[in-house]
Amino acid sequence: MSERLREKLTILADAAKYDVSCSSSGSDRKNTNKGVGNGHASGICHTYTEDGRCVSLLKILLTNHCIFDCAYCVSRKSNDIERAAFTVDEVVELTMNFYRRNYIEGLFLSSGIFKNADFTMERLLRVVKKLRLEQNYNGYIHLKTIPGASDELIKEAGLYADRMSINLEMPTESGLKLLAPEKSHKDVIKPLSFVQNQIVQFKEEKKLIKSVPKFVPAGQSTQMVIGATPETDKEIMYTADAFYKNFALRRVYYSGYIPISNDTRMPILGTQPPLLRENRLYQTDWLMRFYGFNVRELLNDANPHLDIDIDPKLSWALRNLQHFPVDINAAPYRMILRIPGIGVSSAQKIVQARRFGKLHIYQLKNIGVAYSRAKHFIKCADTPFQLKDFQATQIKAFILAESHSKYLKTDTNQLILF
Amino acid sequence: MIYIFDGSLEGLLTAVFEWFERKPSQVILETEKNYQPDAFKEVFYVQNDRKKADRVYNGLQKKLSKEWMRKFYCAYLSESPEIFNALFHFTTYIFLNDFAAEKNYGNTHVLAISKKAKSVEREKHRMEAFIRFQHTADGIFYCGIDPDFNVLPLIINHFKTRYADQQWVIYDLKRHYGLFYDLHKVEEITMELNLPNLKLPASHQLNEKEALYSNLWRDYFKSTNIESRKNTKLHIKHVPKRYWKYLTEKQIAHN
Repeated sequence: MSERLREKLTILADAAKYDVSCSSSGSDRKNTNKGVGNGHASGICHTYTEDGRCVSLLKILLTNHCIFDCAYCVSRKSNDIERAAFTVDEVVELTMNFYRRNYIEGLFLSSGIFKNADFTMERLLRVVKKLRLEQNYNGYIHLKTIPGASDELIKEAGLYADRMSINLEMPTESGLKLLAPEKSHKDVIKPLSFVQNQIVQFKEEKKLIKSVPKFVPAGQSTQMVIGATPETDKEIMYTADAFYKNFALRRVYYSGYIPISNDTRMPILGTQPPLLRENRLYQTDWLMRFYGFNVRELLNDANPHLDIDIDPKLSWALRNLQHFPVDINAAPYRMILRIPGIGVSSAQKIVQARRFGKLHIYQLKNIGVAYSRAKHFIKCADTPFQLKDFQATQIKAFILAESHSKYLKTDTNQLILF
Repeated sequence: MIYIFDGSLEGLLTAVFEWFERKPSQVILETEKNYQPDAFKEVFYVQNDRKKADRVYNGLQKKLSKEWMRKFYCAYLSESPEIFNALFHFTTYIFLNDFAAEKNYGNTHVLAISKKAKSVEREKHRMEAFIRFQHTADGIFYCGIDPDFNVLPLIINHFKTRYADQQWVIYDLKRHYGLFYDLHKVEEITMELNLPNLKLPASHQLNEKEALYSNLWRDYFKSTNIESRKNTKLHIKHVPKRYWKYLTEKQIAHN
């Protein structure tokens, strides 16, 4: 019995690992009924795999049987792989026993679609209900919304899950049509907006009646596969931006496509996953969410792709040298945030500290500013006087000469034409 | 001038009180353990005094936000010799200056404490993440740790609220004390057992299902990895090697 369980776990964890969402943050669920588990505001990463991704949740599929045949997915119908399915009790037992040993922060449950959407959703719902109602489990639950499932089922699931998500899969409708003709972005948008409306409604009611239960307290997220189809970075980030705005998503994940089949519509087997591109997209995502950048400043018709050799913030600064140098001792917080080499926490420290006196270079270094990068863009109390104005290309060359990017040395993806 | 104290929080706070009584010029605060006699410097031995310490503590509470009181406490728990001196000077600095002086990140002591507190919080967070309980034969979930800093007081609440329906023990092997939760309250305990056994309980002391679940966890850890994205540098950055000894997924299966 235990041998079969180990086999199933291996198959169904392997099939679930391409979903990159790992976060366990944002839920404030309390352990009120003296059960087990609670939400942790910032989430906890309990371990990291050898590829450096965090493991916070037990991420598994209920089954990898699937009626769909999406070219980018390992569990597609036409793929010749081993299939398995957990019973509801097996998932509950695994979750409880892993959680009690402090291995995990919660459960991430997804599934291939078997029979139809409602049937699958109903099974997922049974797992979460059993955990919450029978096991007194208050830990994190991330549940996949199955596109096409009925509103009643989705609504009920939302009462038990902390986060729900549906993957966009491809950044554009045309990309999706190419690889998964049976699917469309509309199937994703409908349940996303349904859940979003419910979240808003429950929040409104909670203001009036305190006993209204929580509904998806950690919000919704989605994921896009990058590099399987030929979208530009601009198209990807504009889609992300629209989804952040329209559905109040907590996160959009970008997953570099890892070749899994010989399908001629996609990169061939053995192609390196676009890790650097993925990294640049996440940097852009962060700039949009925490640094007050508008996506149109970073990506537009003149610059449809992100620079590979420098990060998007530096790249924006070099294109907009008219805003620099910024005076550390006088500039508003939002401008300090835009200086390459200064992050959110350094920026906050700077604005607090400068009220006590003008800041000097040594203080900036101590506060944690990457000074060798920032020095080209700032003025502080003892900045050396400089006659010459450097060109953007010169500054870029200075910075690249000093940087030790792990990518540049191994950058073989990009061919130089001229 | 050198002030010498016993390393306790009470001693540290008393030292601040004594300084305000006398206000000598340059003072360095050192623990008895680290003090090296010096021919040219005067020495003052701080005698712990609960009342004086309480007055300083209450005064500090009036000047500092909750967040900064926690930073103060965290920095103290780091047990690092140079931080005691920084805490001493930080406290006098706070009392001598106007409201919100702790926001002056340009000040070396403020920055030192803020940085040290951050390291301690990080270690605390790592313990919350890396502790791996083993289910023992008598039903207790046990884990032995040896954190860089004395973080047990900081993690009590987290484990108490999270694992409210199971008995657990977290034992600090380096500092020889631990926490025991008996389903109602958390108590401090010391155990008179041999060290190797505290580190890793023998298999006959464990619940019969323990081996199954630790193996399942190792299986899971292996199959959730994506081989073509291997990035050992990043892996080690997130899980430094000194923590591997705690981690079930990093141990070889013992069947």
